[in-house]
Amino acid sequence: MVSAANKTASVAFGGRTERGEGRPASAARAWEVAAATPDPELPVVTIGDLGILRGVTLDGQRVVATITPTYSGCPAMREISVDLRHRLERAGYLDVEVRTQLAPAWSSDWITEVGHRKLAAAGIAPPTPARHHGGPVPLTLGPPPAPPCPRCGSTRTRRAAQFGATACTSLHRCESCDEPFEAVKAL
Amino acid sequence: MDDNPYDLLAEDSDEAHRWAFGTGFTDPLAGIDITVPGGVDPDALARQCLALGDDALIYSHRLQQWLTRMPELEEETALANIALDLLGQARMLLARAGGILGRTEDELAFFRVEHEFRNVRLVEQADGDFAELVGRLLLVATWRLALFEALSSAPDPVLAAIAAKGVKELTYHRDYAAAWVVRLGDGTDVSHERMQGALDRLWPLVDELFDDATAVRAEADTVLDTVLATAGLDRPTGAPLAGVAGRTGRDGVHTEALGFVLAELQSVARQLPDATW
Repeated sequence: MVSAANKTASVAFGGRTERGEGRPASAARAWEVAAATPDPELPVVTIGDLGILRGVTLDGQRVVATITPTYSGCPAMREISVDLRHRLERAGYLDVEVRTQLAPAWSSDWITEVGHRKLAAAGIAPPTPARHHGGPVPLTLGPPPAPPCPRCGSTRTRRAAQFGATACTSLHRCESCDEPFEAVKAL
Repeated sequence: MDDNPYDLLAEDSDEAHRWAFGTGFTDPLAGIDITVPGGVDPDALARQCLALGDDALIYSHRLQQWLTRMPELEEETALANIALDLLGQARMLLARAGGILGRTEDELAFFRVEHEFRNVRLVEQADGDFAELVGRLLLVATWRLALFEALSSAPDPVLAAIAAKGVKELTYHRDYAAAWVVRLGDGTDVSHERMQGALDRLWPLVDELFDDATAVRAEADTVLDTVLATAGLDRPTGAPLAGVAGRTGRDGVHTEALGFVLAELQSVARQLPDATW
């Protein structure tokens, strides 16, 4: 198993099979191929960057890629699943299974450093750290911590809407440069 | 950054696989171990998942009926997101129940009649105005969040996972509704009066939510009291809406409102029972 948390340690996966020139050779390569699948709603980042890809195993010629939904109703899951399968098949893995995993539930804390940089470069504010860790979920009546503006860096921003064009974003406006921007919600 | 990020999506010259999108739904629990663990009564688990799935399915549909009718685009987007989250929860819960009952999620959603639905009556009624919309959302999200927190440690790992995931979504739903209830309750005389009126009308259906879970009720009450106090609203005192011989939504006894929801929700599937999508 190559997992998001432990990918280099798993490269020496025992069940891998060399499949000849130009063919995939290792679980690490299968991970690379799978992880490069773009998110259909935020295509500046990949499912590897977002922490949606939870694991890739290679057993002989069979690849099992495990993904987790960001939100229960995420309409991108099917698109991701189809695209992921297609990319692996095109890379030479012909026996591909895509599995869903629900637990542990996805957290925006799983977005990688690279993912944060790519989001910010595309004008989307990366998420602030997720709020809740154990105990009853506190009620938040005031606005949550405002993400800094991804364009000018100002911290004088305000939330325009708690929900955005996709399930995982909210809408904000920078009071310094007056530009609107999206932010990935802390979850 | 490289050029246009959308190039990454289009780098594929062979686009045919994308047309698979929209031609069929996959099982939302695909690849998940759905064995019912020893010590868990499968019938009770199916009943529980069916009830929670029905709550989400019916309420999601009621919220969707607001789309294109919301006062602001931002509120429209919020409601669409909330309805989508609930639809996602409904699909997983109905799939969990259906796996035990030997029925698909589509069969459960589209080919049952009123008395076979197990949703609470609060979620089936149409909102009379915007105040009722945010009031009902506050009640449903507050109750469901407290319930899902408890269910996150349910003995069935699939239900526990669905609940733990739902907690994160419901937190946003509750915050959204609470902010509006405070804004209206603490707003003008007219907005205050209409918000109080909405809560007064909704309150008789609250009792039914807390059938046998006192800890859930205690947590929900604490939250509701905080919101009401912040909003300057009174906790309504209306008596619970009686059932029929004590039977309510969880027993399949509904108000007349559910029939209208199902007529719309199920119309396409029933006209074209062999259709796939």
